[in-house]
Amino acid sequence: MERSDRSIEVELIVHAIHLKYGYDFRDYSRAAIQRRLLLRLQKEGLANLAELQHRIIHQPEFFARILTDFSINVTEMFRDPEFYQGLKGQVFPELARRRHLKVWHAGCGSGEEVFSLAILFMEAGLYQRTQFYATDINREVLARARRGEIPFKDLRKYSANYLAVGGEQSLADYLDISHGEATIRPDLLANILFSDHNLVHDQVFGEMDLILCRNVLIYFNRNLQNRVLDLFRESLTPGGYLCLGMKESLYFADPGNDLVEVVPAVSIYQRKP
Amino acid sequence: MSNRRPDLSQPRHAVVIGTSAGGVEALSRLLAVLPASFSWPVLVVIHLDKNRQSQLARALNHRCSLPVKEADNMEPIIPGTVYLAPPNYHLLVDDTLHLALAVDDPVSFSRPSVDVLFESAADVFRENLIGVILTGANADGARGLAAVKAMGGTTIVQTPATASFRGMPEAALATGGADHVLPLAEIAPLLIRLHGAE
Repeated sequence: MERSDRSIEVELIVHAIHLKYGYDFRDYSRAAIQRRLLLRLQKEGLANLAELQHRIIHQPEFFARILTDFSINVTEMFRDPEFYQGLKGQVFPELARRRHLKVWHAGCGSGEEVFSLAILFMEAGLYQRTQFYATDINREVLARARRGEIPFKDLRKYSANYLAVGGEQSLADYLDISHGEATIRPDLLANILFSDHNLVHDQVFGEMDLILCRNVLIYFNRNLQNRVLDLFRESLTPGGYLCLGMKESLYFADPGNDLVEVVPAVSIYQRKP
Repeated sequence: MSNRRPDLSQPRHAVVIGTSAGGVEALSRLLAVLPASFSWPVLVVIHLDKNRQSQLARALNHRCSLPVKEADNMEPIIPGTVYLAPPNYHLLVDDTLHLALAVDDPVSFSRPSVDVLFESAADVFRENLIGVILTGANADGARGLAAVKAMGGTTIVQTPATASFRGMPEAALATGGADHVLPLAEIAPLLIRLHGAE
């Protein structure tokens, strides 16, 4: 099928970003990239993609907006409660047998899911022996994550999710709430190291007991998905666990891989011990 | 002009369907009429709660001549297959004729959103796309149907008076305009005629 002019323009922008800023979105889902560019175009009131491309190339501060548009920031605390139930029920008992734990949350965005993990690790008595690494390509959202901020408007939903996971307290017990602002308690932030890491070209993050990367691969094409899965596999200690998004369960095309699905419906895998 | 030869294993045409309240009944009546020889892929967004939907694909698959499945991320679009957007994910069409899922914010208060599917499919299939809006109680799909029309595609809306919920067809008629406004029972026969004419 012949490509539309629009899809050619989108491709040119993706290449321009790579050449100018070094961020490589060439293996991202083109449909999602195009949609986000068009939304930005509308928001800025620009006439066409050529004008958008011009601003991206000539105004680094404008590109920062595009980078935020492209980074996958849709996240929530205890997203998909059934996933966290599976983690608690079938992975925690195994983790409890290990003396030190390393956890990597790749694509952490503003941190809601790594905060959720920290809370559950605390409740399971695992938190004190765990180092969490939370990474994202977007420094701006990482800065918010470091401050532990939770948008006030989302608290009701997060509380409901927490209870659906079988939470033992009230979510508010883990937050400091004052002046209409909510932040994660400092002791829950203390073991989390936030840093900037790009799954497309950065290296292995070694010896992890648990890697969480949910609804990130969904935006990658097959080629990049497989490369990132290799990166995860190499970053896992034998017996380590990999948690993907609910619709990311079918990507193990590579026959040599030693990842076994341990909690099927919620996409939790284990590297063979 | 392009001198690339067309790839016959890839669909050149497609049908997109959007529906909401009352949609399970309408969708199963429409899809059940399409024969196994209907070779255009059919992409569907229906607003439903989580648990009902995975059962819906199975139930429809049982009742229809065409295979019906929930869409997987990055799967190639196979002719003559019906794909349902999974609950809580947007469904889009990639320019390589693969399906893409996304967890971007809801659009028109909906995820999956009819607008998102229709707009991305319109961009890829252009004049070879048929957009269908069935019963529903909200305005999702109105913008999407306008996009189908703007790219030269064919638009069909269920006659509001015959829909279980008229809000969605009415909103689509108000913004997009429709090439055909028909009661449910006449929509599948029209699709079959359009398919036969190609």
